[in-house]
Amino acid sequence: MSGPRIPGAYLAPGTSSFADFLATQAPELLPARRVEAAAANGSLGDLAPHGTTIVAVTFPGGVVMAGDRRATMGNVIAQRDIQKVFPADEYSCVGIAGAAGLAVEMVRLFQTELEHYEKIEGITLSLDGKANRLAALIRGNLGMAMQGLAVVPLFAGYDHNTREGRIFSYDVTGGRYEETSFHSVGSGSLFARGALKKLYRDDLDENGAVTAVVQALYDAADDDSATGGPDMARRIFPVVHVITADGGRRLLEADVAAIADTVVAGRLRRPDGPVAALEGGQA
Amino acid sequence: MSMGFGGYVSPEQLMKDRADFARKGVSRGRPLVGLQYADGLLFVSENPSAALHKVSEIYDRIAFAAVGRSNEFENLRIAGVRLADMRGYAYDRRDVTGLGLANAYAQTLGTIFSNGGEKPYEVELFVGEVGDTADDDRLYRLTYDGQVSDVKGAAVMGGTAEDVASYLDEHYSEGQPLQQALKAAVAALGHTGNGGGDRVIPVDDLEVAVLDRTRTQPRKFSRLSPARLHELLD
Repeated sequence: MSGPRIPGAYLAPGTSSFADFLATQAPELLPARRVEAAAANGSLGDLAPHGTTIVAVTFPGGVVMAGDRRATMGNVIAQRDIQKVFPADEYSCVGIAGAAGLAVEMVRLFQTELEHYEKIEGITLSLDGKANRLAALIRGNLGMAMQGLAVVPLFAGYDHNTREGRIFSYDVTGGRYEETSFHSVGSGSLFARGALKKLYRDDLDENGAVTAVVQALYDAADDDSATGGPDMARRIFPVVHVITADGGRRLLEADVAAIADTVVAGRLRRPDGPVAALEGGQA
Repeated sequence: MSMGFGGYVSPEQLMKDRADFARKGVSRGRPLVGLQYADGLLFVSENPSAALHKVSEIYDRIAFAAVGRSNEFENLRIAGVRLADMRGYAYDRRDVTGLGLANAYAQTLGTIFSNGGEKPYEVELFVGEVGDTADDDRLYRLTYDGQVSDVKGAAVMGGTAEDVASYLDEHYSEGQPLQQALKAAVAALGHTGNGGGDRVIPVDDLEVAVLDRTRTQPRKFSRLSPARLHELLD
């Protein structure tokens, strides 16, 4: 930055999108390009760490997103305390399953994209606008996905227009789908979603929603070897983000630990988790 | 430009003409104050227009303030945001510094000023960076010809800058809390020299922003809303 005169392209009027600007000025820095050359032959799927399960749940007035802490490389646990849920800006967050290295890079680009737009235009993007920008970034990674390095995000945020928490899921081609109530992505997502079906109620409060996602991650870890459960020995617990009209925040480690301790204590009595009513009753 | 009636203009005269031209453009604008207060840096300007900001955020700890031709400083502001975001993305957020940005602006303004083919920019800029302590705060002032100076305390740019600065000399001191520093700056902006009556600038015409090190978010820039300004000034 301390170089000579600022290049003309920087001074020219034009796009408010950082990703578009990056693509014209420094395309080698795009997440997909950084590994494209290396991926020229064969699949990279087994060489790069993969992140696994992300879950999100809406509650009146907000949304909660949580991710387990495990990254795997084939049958090896690559990392026990990886972070897979990140704030995207003040009112949204993104959790990513899939190739961890690419995912982290893509999150950084997405964060910069949102902040860049906000600074240049002086206003923040609508929640749908943010969701669409993320879709464009995922689409740019399609080549990598074909090589085995798919990145599958889950996006959630508070929408100031509709005054509610909303969740968006994606496929590797950049398809964007709005989810109602709850959703999960990653290798343990089937089990997590099954758990949430039984645990979710539309009148959950914030604390209840956090408990539901921790329960769902426990179920995912129970049946999916690539998802990490609460690590009681090392005191490593899921990363949980809560977003409301007041903004987003990551729950303190101690608060998540307290909820995880309750969940684990319950599982010691009943390993399969809370009982749902069979028909018509109150759960 | 050198093709006047006589055909020859000495380089000294040429640069002087360009400097006069730029200075005149800058002094047409309303003044803008940049100063250090207890929790960081404060920028105050009289700006009735809601369409255009004179003070803006560049990065986590860096702000930009300008007077002069708005389309020219808007170009520089956008270039600064792009430069900072590019560096922060390519390296790390901590690698984006106020000094680096001030130097890039200085090079750009300097080249444009001395390049006969381009009209000099009629702008003056502040680049402010808030640190962890008051000693680490930096306020750089850039002139239309690309000269950078490191400001300690307070500085004023734009029209009637001298009147404003003389008022600040008497009523402002470093390390004042926000309310006191803001009151001094607002009174200074309304001050007229040569014995004329001072104006009281309506609160709704003020544009005020701070780089506040006590903010818990990584982004330290914040605009003071009209409600907050009324609270502090009334």
